[in-house]
Amino acid sequence: MFPALRHLSRRVVLCLLLFAGTAAMASQQPSETPLRIGLTPVFLDDQAAFLNRWRDYLQDALGRPVSFVQRSSYREIIDLLHDEKLDVAWLCGYPYVRERSRMQLLAVPKYRGKPLYRSYLIVPASDTRTRSLADLKGGIFAYSDPNSNSGYLYTQYSLRRMGQDADTYFRRSFFTWSHRKVVEAVANRLAQGGAVDGYVWDTLARLHPGLVAKTRIVEESQTFGFPPFVARASLDRMSFDAMQRVLTEMDRTPAGAALLDTLNLDGFVVGEPALFDDIERMVRAMTGP
Amino acid sequence: MLHLKDLSFRYKIPLRATLLVLATALIITGAILAREYDQLRRDLFQNAESMGRVLAKTLVTPILHDDVWRAYEIINTPFHSGAAQPLSAFGAELVLVLDPERRIYVSTRPADYPMLDSLPQVDPDYGPLDALIHSNVKEAPQTVELPGSAYFHLIAPIAHDGVLLGTLLMEYPKSVFMPRFLSIVYRAGFVTLLVLAVLLPVSWYWGRRMADPLVQLADCMSMVGTRLPELEECRLYESKDEVGRAGTQLKRMISELHEKQALERGMLANERLAAIGRITAGIAHEINNPLGGMLNAISTLRRHGQPDGIAGRTVSLLERGLMQIKETVAALLVEARVEGHALTSQDLEDIHTLIMANVHRKHLRLMWDNRMSDSVPLPSTQVRQVLLNLLLNAVNAAADGGVVQVMLYIEDDALYLDVENDGAHIGPERMAHLFEPFADPSEQGHGLGLWVTYQLVQQMHGRIEVESQPGRTRFNITLPYGAAT
Repeated sequence: MFPALRHLSRRVVLCLLLFAGTAAMASQQPSETPLRIGLTPVFLDDQAAFLNRWRDYLQDALGRPVSFVQRSSYREIIDLLHDEKLDVAWLCGYPYVRERSRMQLLAVPKYRGKPLYRSYLIVPASDTRTRSLADLKGGIFAYSDPNSNSGYLYTQYSLRRMGQDADTYFRRSFFTWSHRKVVEAVANRLAQGGAVDGYVWDTLARLHPGLVAKTRIVEESQTFGFPPFVARASLDRMSFDAMQRVLTEMDRTPAGAALLDTLNLDGFVVGEPALFDDIERMVRAMTGP
Repeated sequence: MLHLKDLSFRYKIPLRATLLVLATALIITGAILAREYDQLRRDLFQNAESMGRVLAKTLVTPILHDDVWRAYEIINTPFHSGAAQPLSAFGAELVLVLDPERRIYVSTRPADYPMLDSLPQVDPDYGPLDALIHSNVKEAPQTVELPGSAYFHLIAPIAHDGVLLGTLLMEYPKSVFMPRFLSIVYRAGFVTLLVLAVLLPVSWYWGRRMADPLVQLADCMSMVGTRLPELEECRLYESKDEVGRAGTQLKRMISELHEKQALERGMLANERLAAIGRITAGIAHEINNPLGGMLNAISTLRRHGQPDGIAGRTVSLLERGLMQIKETVAALLVEARVEGHALTSQDLEDIHTLIMANVHRKHLRLMWDNRMSDSVPLPSTQVRQVLLNLLLNAVNAAADGGVVQVMLYIEDDALYLDVENDGAHIGPERMAHLFEPFADPSEQGHGLGLWVTYQLVQQMHGRIEVESQPGRTRFNITLPYGAAT
């Protein structure tokens, strides 16, 4: 009878230990500060249900709470990152190259097999005349965000290269603060032309073919480094590594692959800062003498 | 060509009822539409002004920040995303924001109303509206209805801290009322049809009820023109209303006309018979005088001349011929020569016995009803003659195996002789000349029987009535006595 009792008591002890272990983890988790991730409209960020699924996925994978922060412009997200109110942000390559000293490159999305994307110059589908940016002189133009490479910087740089003054080239230009809304503005013919993230346009074509069909691509830019995930310079190594690992391994889990499919991305890679050298060259050309 | 006023009342009354229903439906629908229009207009203006106030206030910040896209999103809120379909029936078709220079800042239809164009540039028809906005900037939103325009416009200033930043312009097509109007008209039409569906059969029935007596009256009256209709031919509506009274009056008129016609016919016949009587009497006298002489001469010749052989046969031939003339003339000129005894019932029963031989020969049924009991002061010979004549005629007229009815009675100091048979009836043609001598020469006689009867009855101051219709011919003789004689 004694051996049996001893056996039983050992099992009870084991169970108790296990319970204590989980209790310790559970009590530790809420007390841990959440990882705050800033999002910008470099992707289709207006899908609340999808964002909830993605957040849950990241929480599970990181083992710590995650919160997404969205603002109406890139600038606000950049500022929050500087103020250390955000730990990580999905930003455009343009602010990254400008603020490289204060940010560390975390991961770069892989789109169509490469961490690259293009900027599209689009016009309303009813406009069959326009062949290039040169035909849009004196028109009304929609930019997405002054801190966007594909939705602003590239067009400004192209005008500069054409020897045109970007301030007077268009009769009127305005910002829609999101790539998706650039497509809407052009589709509804509020603007006669617009600069848009090629990846967003392609993804919209998959989700809302009716809207995209009202626009036409006039020019595609060269490739640039895809808008990257960056971390504030001061983020601790552990969090940085954990987040980098979770992102780069997303395509290896079924749940992650499903989320990537919704995002229309292939996965994330640890990008090289050199990916963004072309953007940096444009920034220098614009700010230089 | 059929004129409306020539239509029968059968159709006029339902038509009028239909017209009445339609007119009522039109007037009521019109009144409802007018009221609805006012109501809708007021609602639209109130709705537009409150909407304009909200939009103008919301637009201040985007315009201050020169955020075109935000302004575009705001003015598009009343619309479904993407489609240019207004949310409600009261929705504007177009919302515009104008800058202080009245150029388009942003519009809900950027393709048609591009940025930075002025309104008259888009459409010259906007000239008056543009001038109005230029001259008349008020604090509060206002709805304007320009003459000749298919739209209502709401103009709301977008102002901040007393500075005019722009103007909000909302355009409402006047046709926004049309769906509401049409639905009211459809419903009114449907109800009208329902009412008509109930009312038409009813009014049709009423129309018939009202028109039928009139139609009968008109039909009957139209018959009077060509001939005088029998009362039985006119089916007339019986009541005390106007139509009924007219019908009663018409009936009275027709029956009076009938009496008048009968009287005229009787008088005519009497006059004719009297004239014939006078002529025959004259002729008879003229014939009788030489006839008497000739018969006397023959009698003398027979008595004294001793005619032999041929002469004797010739004389007898003459005598027979003259006797026949005498008989005929005597028959033509009935003279009350014999003053017989007063008439008794037995005298009439004798006639019954006398006629039975003829009755049996034709296998007739004689219904004899003699109700006379006392003797009456009437000349028996003449009355017997009259009754016999009538009976002989009746028996002749009756078909084989037929019926002859006789009824003899006394009433109000008069003897009535009723003789009836079921033989072929007397046609109207024959009836007009019934009593005239030789009017109807048949194989049985010279046609003097009724003439004789007539004269006898005349002499007794009596009256003859004849009634003949298929299956029944009736002679009725009234012979008054006492005071009347």
